Amino acid sequence: MKKIRILAVVFICLFTANTTFAGDGKLIATAGLIQVEGAGGGGLVPWATLPGYDSRDEYSVNAFSSYVTVDDYKLHALGASVSLYDRVELSVAQQSFSIKAGAGDIEQTIVGAKVRLYGDVIFSRWPQVSLGVLHKSLKDDAIALALGAQDTSGTDVYIAATKVHLGAVSGYNLVWNATVRYTNANQMGLLGFGSVNDDSHELMLECTVGVLFNRHLAVGGEFRQKPDNIALPEEDWKAAFVTYIPNKNFNITVAYAMLGSIAGADDQNGLYVSIGGTL
Amino acid sequence: MKFIQQLIILLAILLGLSACSSTSTTTLYDELGGETKIREIAENLVLEFEMDEYILPYYEGSDINRFVEKLTEYICEVADGPCVYTGRSMVDVHTGMNITESHYNRLVDLSINAMDKAGIPHRTQNKLLARLAPTRKDMLYR
Repeated sequence: MKKIRILAVVFICLFTANTTFAGDGKLIATAGLIQVEGAGGGGLVPWATLPGYDSRDEYSVNAFSSYVTVDDYKLHALGASVSLYDRVELSVAQQSFSIKAGAGDIEQTIVGAKVRLYGDVIFSRWPQVSLGVLHKSLKDDAIALALGAQDTSGTDVYIAATKVHLGAVSGYNLVWNATVRYTNANQMGLLGFGSVNDDSHELMLECTVGVLFNRHLAVGGEFRQKPDNIALPEEDWKAAFVTYIPNKNFNITVAYAMLGSIAGADDQNGLYVSIGGTL
Repeated sequence: MKFIQQLIILLAILLGLSACSSTSTTTLYDELGGETKIREIAENLVLEFEMDEYILPYYEGSDINRFVEKLTEYICEVADGPCVYTGRSMVDVHTGMNITESHYNRLVDLSINAMDKAGIPHRTQNKLLARLAPTRKDMLYR
């Protein structure tokens, strides 16, 4: 965790220097962001996009830090990734989840990989399509197992399609994403994987719609369907976001997150703030 | 799943809005400001090329006046204006240049600069870019 944190700080310092480095071969605001599990995406949902502005002749190095605070819980996610030749993304992220009223937290490490299978988010006729995996492992077994999960590590596999339509909404650019994820993670894995005696892997649908009001500002919404494996009920996630992308090295997103019931506490709503940087 | 329905409805409304606006009788050519403005964009683009270390080599030795002339015709035709493009095909023009993906995207960035400097509104810029985007495959790695 500490190493990743130092790494992220170093990256973020570099970004603010606004240096031109490996890749700026994509159009501004078309690289997407990094979502809460470390994959290139929106905020909650992984997209087909690879973070960073590398084209097929370039690479990029990316980092993000996201903070979510809802009524009874908070989550901090931090991570870094590389995108190689706009083809392969490798990511690592650390999540730290805690109850506001209590001490201690649940920590999870997520290692991810994604391959772009087809297309260009803007220029191909059909959407850009990517296939990804996210392997998650909890640091401590106790809470997940006590809540009735089968495992303390698990793997999600997802396929995502993303497209930008130039000028599609009375002249504004439209972006949409649809993702199907094969998962058994309870609350993203923070409450373990599967339920007692049942692996529980199933398909979940996730999607995003956004409008780019100029070259630097995007507004939209996300939806993430969630499984409901253990006794404590779990509900679908929703968010409405505003993203500001001043340059190709930095982005900041503020969202209102509606995360439903989490570990016995209902109607968990609150703020999501994320900064991302890329070189 | 209610939120997902709302997202889909929002998407449908947004696309519906654009469908209405695109059935209007004004052409993109008019919206851009006619031939004068299109020529200004073409001239601005040449200036952008001249200042760009990556793009300049592609155009070194080419006839600038002819380039402005043909590009003006091309944009005019693409935007449904009263012109006929008399230059060579996009494939012919760019064959041998071996334009990379990142240089193509840079070209789009420079085009946006050229349109910004000509005072073309953001939404009109996007509409023109949308019409030019399909020619990308004729220009890359040839």
